[in-house]
Amino acid sequence: MSGLNTLTIAAARDALRKGEITSVELTQACLAAIEAAGALNAFVHHTPEIAMDRARAADARIAAGEAPAMCGVPVGIKDLFCTRGVPSQAASRILDGFRPEYESTVTAQLLEAGAVMLGKLNMDEFAMGSSNETSTYGNAVNPWRRAGDDTPLTPGGSSGGSAAAVAADLCLAATGTDTGGSIRQPAAFTGIVGLKPTYGRCSRWGIVAFASSLDQAGPMTRTVRDAAIMLGAMAGPDPKDSTSAEIPVPDFEAALTGDIRGKKIGIPREYRMEGMPAEIEALWHQGAAMLKDAGAEIVDISLPHTKYALPAYYVIAPAEASSNLARYDGVRYGHRAKLAQGDGIVEMYEKTRAEGFGKEVQRRVMIGTYVLSAGFYDAYYNRARKVRALIKRDFDEVFAQGIDAILTPATPSAAFGLGEMADADPVQMYLNDVFTVTVNLAGLPGIAVPAGLDKQGLPLGLQLIGKPWDEAGLLTHAHVLEQAAGFVSKPAKWW
Amino acid sequence: MSIDTETARRVAHLARIAVKDDDLPALARELSGILTFMEQLNEVDVDGVEPMTSVTPMRLKRREDVVTDGGMQDRILANAPDAREGFFAVPKVVE
Repeated sequence: MSGLNTLTIAAARDALRKGEITSVELTQACLAAIEAAGALNAFVHHTPEIAMDRARAADARIAAGEAPAMCGVPVGIKDLFCTRGVPSQAASRILDGFRPEYESTVTAQLLEAGAVMLGKLNMDEFAMGSSNETSTYGNAVNPWRRAGDDTPLTPGGSSGGSAAAVAADLCLAATGTDTGGSIRQPAAFTGIVGLKPTYGRCSRWGIVAFASSLDQAGPMTRTVRDAAIMLGAMAGPDPKDSTSAEIPVPDFEAALTGDIRGKKIGIPREYRMEGMPAEIEALWHQGAAMLKDAGAEIVDISLPHTKYALPAYYVIAPAEASSNLARYDGVRYGHRAKLAQGDGIVEMYEKTRAEGFGKEVQRRVMIGTYVLSAGFYDAYYNRARKVRALIKRDFDEVFAQGIDAILTPATPSAAFGLGEMADADPVQMYLNDVFTVTVNLAGLPGIAVPAGLDKQGLPLGLQLIGKPWDEAGLLTHAHVLEQAAGFVSKPAKWW
Repeated sequence: MSIDTETARRVAHLARIAVKDDDLPALARELSGILTFMEQLNEVDVDGVEPMTSVTPMRLKRREDVVTDGGMQDRILANAPDAREGFFAVPKVVE
């Protein structure tokens, strides 16, 4: 049977349970697709032996009639997740050679559910970037191209390898993480679904930390139903992460009723950005019309502090990063610089970190160091945390008014060319997160759903934002939007 | 707020990242650009607003103060660039 790698999780699960296919066949199809897709540079560490072992184990479980939904489903894992015995280096040189002695909670839960790990996926270094170009492995490439044009495009970032792999059918789904948009922006750039859950829904234990008050893991899949299935396996309280919530995990798939009659969808006027491409504005209107046709009520809302989300984020995230990344000191793991005669421990730290961290990571660590330093802490860091409280209050107020979900564009543009932003000011790159970053600051769940193609034939996504802990409601809305948009396009294979 | 070369040098040292003298002016310009972007935050009236400490109103969980794990020195040291006699080895710290 060919093309097994193109199945959705839901279809694979059903076929596995009926005995129509085996996980071994499914896994072999994905491994072959990965072998043939070197040009995408999505998988950076391949684990075919682990995959085949797990596939055989999954087949045995399925045969025994004891098979959770993810059992036997081949997935890719972002390089940010620690996976026991398998390189896990956050796409950074400073973690060169690091093989964790432990497994992250999210990947352990996926393993427990029977999912098959195919390998580790490319990303921006320490998840800092929006184009995958800060990776020590070199950038991943978007399987999509502009019509009649060979220019290689970014798959977005930071979860760019995950997005490219899912869009190119190298795996059925992948894990991502999202600190300012790192699941949703690459999902939108590659025409797939990307869900960032409520802060605290998935354990952060064993995920290399970037900004601990913002980081959250989530599924990247081809359909909303698959996101619901995979989130169910990833989520849940974990004694090892004190910020993971003691809230039961509902059956997210069962929530996909298709019924959103009477629900109120907010359209935030502050998201109408100056200079936004007309196509994105039009798509946004179409999305609202689709939800209205399904019986929802469209309501104009205001989130007055939206404009300040990016600058607040670019204080808070680097501040937390500078603290989290202090652990990369050349002592316990990863790279240590060669030292000159007479070098002491400070030279060891400084040379190791200069060699091990890429430019963007260095920049953010230094910005974070500056905003936390004596004399500037109040002016920058505390002020940013106050603005963050106001941004969250904006959302609290609209939800208190009865809004069920908020519809916005996912990104301010379609995928751009690799290298196109190389000479741009770092702040220009940060603008990629303009529609997504508010969601992290407020700790809310958000999902990117593919909704159309632009005139160059590239996918565009819409974002839905939900109430805290209401991933089930959010997925219901996303499912309706997905069905109405009927996005079925796939990138033409060139790799 | 603009960052001069000396401040850039100080920040790099605080962050324990070696930066060549020649690279300091460009670094200072980049950091200044980012800080200028952040200055927008000064437009916001934050009087009486508490800085956010936790995005979801939750009480931090507590657990029993007991040893739950340990006895795995080899695994702790397995990834060390330099481990000797059961310890992490570093350049001399105390004269």
